[in-house]
Amino acid sequence: MISLKDKDIISILDFTKEEILYILEISGRMEKEACPDILKGKILANLFFEPSTRTRLSFEAAMKRLGGQVIGFDELGTTSTVKGESLRDSVKIIEGYCDIIVLRHFLEGASRLTADSVGIPVVNAGDGASQHPTQTFVDLYAIKKAKSDIENLSVGFLGDLKYGRTAHSLAYALSHFNADMYFISPPSLRMPKDYIEELEIRNVSYQEVESISEVSDKLDILYCTRIQKERFAEPVEYEKVKGLYKLSKSVMDGLKVKDDLKILHPLPRVDEMDESLDETEYAMYFQQAHSGIPVREALLATVLGVIQ
Amino acid sequence: MKKLEVSAIKEGTVIDQIANKSTFKVANILNIQKIKQVVLIGFNLSSKKLGKKGIIKIGGKLLTQEEVNKIALIAPDAKVNIIKNSEVVKKFTVNIPDIIEEFMKCFNPNCVSNHQNILSKFHVINKNPIRIRCHYCERHMGADDIELV
Ligand SMILES: Nc1ncnc2c1ncn2[C@@H]1O[C@H](COP(=O)(O)OP(=O)(O)OP(=O)(O)O)[C@@H](O)[C@H]1O
Ligand SMILES: [Mg+2]
Ligand SMILES: [Zn+2]
Repeated sequence: MISLKDKDIISILDFTKEEILYILEISGRMEKEACPDILKGKILANLFFEPSTRTRLSFEAAMKRLGGQVIGFDELGTTSTVKGESLRDSVKIIEGYCDIIVLRHFLEGASRLTADSVGIPVVNAGDGASQHPTQTFVDLYAIKKAKSDIENLSVGFLGDLKYGRTAHSLAYALSHFNADMYFISPPSLRMPKDYIEELEIRNVSYQEVESISEVSDKLDILYCTRIQKERFAEPVEYEKVKGLYKLSKSVMDGLKVKDDLKILHPLPRVDEMDESLDETEYAMYFQQAHSGIPVREALLATVLGVIQ
Repeated sequence: MKKLEVSAIKEGTVIDQIANKSTFKVANILNIQKIKQVVLIGFNLSSKKLGKKGIIKIGGKLLTQEEVNKIALIAPDAKVNIIKNSEVVKKFTVNIPDIIEEFMKCFNPNCVSNHQNILSKFHVINKNPIRIRCHYCERHMGADDIELV
């Protein structure tokens, strides 16, 4: 019997395969049924030390749809951090005001520190360049919806694999499901050694290539990430690679791909996916975005112990 | 008795087979500056196994396995000899612990452990070669990245 009551959601590394599957199952239930008062009387504190409107609103919406209430802040100006209070002290005090903390912070590992400091569950809503686990559950849920089974898939990761934290966590998560992974990126934006190392420890089969055409025919899922101009030291470098990693309807027409290939993207997109792609059978990213609420509802309800 | 390259002590601990370049780091981790008794440090000594090695001899203090494990990251091949009455009475090797706390700094400048007043903490993910993961930011470090606090 799986119970996630009081579990922190900090890093996808903390989740077993069974726990991941359980969360996906509850997410499916949340999408079908409305549960307007299972979190009645519960308070969520949204502590956003770094602003992020979309993520904050998605947690707020999920909490309110289940009957809970939300307090919080989204800029440092009004917090005592400005007065020099330590993060540990701040969260220990806030712990007394709420039942669950959702934290976004500019320092890597801030949510782990918070979880170690308080007794109530803590959800990492993104800390620095490291993890953003709730997005990973959204991605997994979208994959499960697209393919009905997430076991034994061939998954391509395209674009900026160096800084794209959602690609990192998704690769970790899929390592539980016997995925074949293809990392498609320019040499300067390859998957960092740390992540490759974790995958090797887990005996994942992976291949690194520079062009999607080398592996396109194998893929069941193509996970795109943003390629950001700011990541390149030289603007010419960016201009050189951006076209190579830009998907459009005509690019897809020119590639050998499986008919039931599905393309995912954590959104927002910049240049890497043309709008012409939206009308193709491959596009799944808007459905993926809409799963954000039921998946977050499932996470909140399970760690608050109202679903067992 | 064979001639010792670094001279003898009556009672204490000899740490032998220290990876040469880690000799002074080992001394730091074990906080040897604070010891009142004789401490002998050998550096650039010749060794069949390691090429060059370091030795640290600490008079009066008998190190425990737990204390010695702290140096596992930087001197995994070290051998520890407990000396009593000028004789080796016990030998042990270092064990790499699963969790390492306190004496190291995370090399990620944006890691929360470098900005808040907390102890660092690392999980050992591979023992040979040694790789550790920061408990907070989850970045990986190897022997060369290790910096002492
Ligand atoms: N009384 C002592 N004072 C200081 N150092 C000592 C003393 N006795 C032994 N040592 C040192 O302790 C280490 C181990 O001594 P031992 O006599 O067991 O040598 P060994 O046979 O080379 O051991 P190993 O096989 O562990 O290398 C050596 O570096 C030796 O120089
Ligand atoms: Mg010897
Ligand atoms: Zn760190």
